[in-house]
Amino acid sequence: MLAIRVALIILICIGLTRSLAQNEYSRNDWISFGVFGLTLGSIYALVSLGYTMVYGVLRMINFAHGDVFMAGAFGAFIVSDVHVAGQSFLILVALLAVGAATSAAIAIIVERTCYRPFQDSRNLAPLICAIGASFILQYTVRGLFGTGSRAYRDLDFLEGSVTIAGYAVPFVQLIVIAVAIVAMILLHLLVSRTRLGRCMRAVAEDRETAALMGINSDRVITITFAVGGAMAGIAGVLYALVFKQIHAFMGFSLGIKGFAAAVLGGIGNIPGAMAGGILLGLGESFGPAALLSGFGIASPYQLKDAIAYGLLVIILIFRPQGIFGERLATKRM
Amino acid sequence: MPYPLINPTLKTIGMAAAVSGLLAVYIVAVGIYPAFAARQILPPSLTLGYLMLAGVWFYTGWTYARSGSWLNGGIGAGTTGVVSGAVYVSVLELAKTENIQGIFVSLSAPTINSAFFGLSGVTAFIVIPLCTGVLSLAGFLIANTPSRVRSCFLSAFVGILLAALLRDLWTALFSNLTGTRRWASWIYAAGGLTWIGAAVAALAGVAFQFARSRRMDNGGRGGDIGAVVVFVLIAIVIPYFTNAFVAQVMLLVGLYALMGMGLNLELGLAGLLDLGFVAFFAIGAYAMALLSADAPIAIARLTFWEALPIATICAALGGFVFGLPVLRVRGDYLALATLGLGEIVRILVVSDFMASTLGGAQGIVAVPRPSLGDTPMTSQLSMYYLTLALSALVAIAGYRLRHSPIGRAWMAARDDEDAAATLGVDLVKSKLKAYVLGAAFAGIAGALFASTLGSVFPQSFKLDVSINVLALLVIGGLGSLPGVFVGSLILIGMPEFLREFGEFRYLFYGVLLILVMRLRPSGLWPSSLKARGEI
Repeated sequence: MLAIRVALIILICIGLTRSLAQNEYSRNDWISFGVFGLTLGSIYALVSLGYTMVYGVLRMINFAHGDVFMAGAFGAFIVSDVHVAGQSFLILVALLAVGAATSAAIAIIVERTCYRPFQDSRNLAPLICAIGASFILQYTVRGLFGTGSRAYRDLDFLEGSVTIAGYAVPFVQLIVIAVAIVAMILLHLLVSRTRLGRCMRAVAEDRETAALMGINSDRVITITFAVGGAMAGIAGVLYALVFKQIHAFMGFSLGIKGFAAAVLGGIGNIPGAMAGGILLGLGESFGPAALLSGFGIASPYQLKDAIAYGLLVIILIFRPQGIFGERLATKRM
Repeated sequence: MPYPLINPTLKTIGMAAAVSGLLAVYIVAVGIYPAFAARQILPPSLTLGYLMLAGVWFYTGWTYARSGSWLNGGIGAGTTGVVSGAVYVSVLELAKTENIQGIFVSLSAPTINSAFFGLSGVTAFIVIPLCTGVLSLAGFLIANTPSRVRSCFLSAFVGILLAALLRDLWTALFSNLTGTRRWASWIYAAGGLTWIGAAVAALAGVAFQFARSRRMDNGGRGGDIGAVVVFVLIAIVIPYFTNAFVAQVMLLVGLYALMGMGLNLELGLAGLLDLGFVAFFAIGAYAMALLSADAPIAIARLTFWEALPIATICAALGGFVFGLPVLRVRGDYLALATLGLGEIVRILVVSDFMASTLGGAQGIVAVPRPSLGDTPMTSQLSMYYLTLALSALVAIAGYRLRHSPIGRAWMAARDDEDAAATLGVDLVKSKLKAYVLGAAFAGIAGALFASTLGSVFPQSFKLDVSINVLALLVIGGLGSLPGVFVGSLILIGMPEFLREFGEFRYLFYGVLLILVMRLRPSGLWPSSLKARGEI
């Protein structure tokens, strides 16, 4: 194992130095990679929160979470197409709210159908059910909205770019980062300051004892799914705003990446998930240029998903507790 | 739907009506209804689409079966049906007036018109709820008949459905068997069944049900062996007496059964959920193509028989490489880690980076068929028999493995890792063996696939394959060998005849996965140990 580790590190170093030596990208390029990485990273972070929170209370992965994310994007799509004329930030708020509500509702349904019935069993049944739910969601959306990509009606006030310290940064990316930060702060306050948050932490710590203290753990689990789903829904809307296209199968890769981010930060660890998401986003946007092009690999951006998945596998192998450690290191099944 | 209350209250009726009404709307809006409406069951009016919608309300009434008295249940079922029909009509009417057809692609005006049985306006609002009420009441009444009558009714229904949906299979069979050539024209009219055909199919269903309940009454002893023999005979005979299309479908079924047996070792016996299973299938196929293809990209020109063992070994090696690090990861982590690995393989194969060695998106063509002696096996039928023979070999191997010490070690580790480790099972080693053997089975399937198709393309190795294999395994019964074949027949074979399912195949898979896990976790053909309650 040590040999593999050393080999990996050497490989990364060689790739980095050679890519930098090639000097293929200008400083401007690197900055825009960075901002894009932050944008992507904040979306990953929002998705990964759902994984991490559900894992915290259930010790299980919500396999359908990627599709909960996708459902949020499509829920808001209905509004974006029907909505009243006029352009204002209110529309953005409405989109986010509808996306969050759709995803929260879907997450609750997933919990009810796939996780609640198997609460006391430790086998693979919930996981297989969740895989089923994930397919139902994908093909339902595909049936409802068609096979091609759809896009929100253009929001003019999100167009254009802002100049920060001499570099042009697309405005929409700044908005995405800002919304994600606000959502994460709100979530952090919810978990750390409110009564509900305390209940969640108690259930995550020890469900039986929490139940003995009078906490309705079933309800807390449902709410946890809903809150995690709402975050994914917001992420879905933000994704649609940045990439300007949504399709029924986009939840798949985003789901794996969100999970990768959650594992990167230590699953069950909420601040860790946020950091993990940002790191993954940056890694994905810098990685192909900084690492792969050094090896003379043609069109490295085709492989950017492979980087994210590879990162996931490598972390799972060498440091399954993540960079910041699981919040609950004990009681791993 | 959990509404078996003693006295259906207004609230339960409202809930049930809302759920079933919206379910019917869902069937229309998601596009299942329009696709199914194209398939005739009993021309001119009864289509699969109507049957599907009718099924919703029929089942709604069925759920009232245990609500105490006939009067209570009947009133509950009838009212629910009427309200639910009203919900259905009003929501779809709303979809018609509000111009939201740009959003929901399936809700076109002709579709809604057909979903309203051609009625419109006030007539639709009166007639449809009445019909749904009657359907729901019928469901309730039939649910309350004695169990023999009920099962006769259901099997007659299934008989008609199978006769109508598997039309291609039956007509091919009739036209190839001597003496039955004219049956097809009696049973099938243009597009669907004739009334005579429906009656015959219903009778056949009932007869089958009688035979089955006879056997059950006799204790069902020795039934497993008998059923296996019947299955094997059918598998050998049917493709011979039908056409190349059926052989082709059965070939696919066989390939998936091969993979299913591989995943069965990993998931069914060792409890390792592997969603990157397609990678091994791909390795087998690409190894076969690179070793034997008549193309500049190939590295050798071996025959099929020389390349098959090498391809199998390549896949097994792939299993080893993937397994070595990943198996230290536990349960649900493993699912996502393997998912990631499978995707990495696919991305690499499609990328320009590997295009010079693997052919990129263009794939590799001109993979030869195997030959027996000097005659190449050009027909689908011969390839099918080859697949069948190989899967029989693999099935025997799987059976032996299961009852060997390593098989017992797998099952022990699956049921309780700590206990198994305490009893001296080397967890990593035994899991790795499951992984390697499972991968080898998938490699055989991949090699056969490449040779049958004569080419390999990266598009053939998507995640869908892994999900298909997982689904057929779960639905057949985890850990059960005959279950693999039954699952493969139902999930891979049937949809080929039901072209309407095409788009919605995975939707139904999803529903089936959840239903089987919740209602019948041991699958359609449980493994014998499970059936005897030993697991």
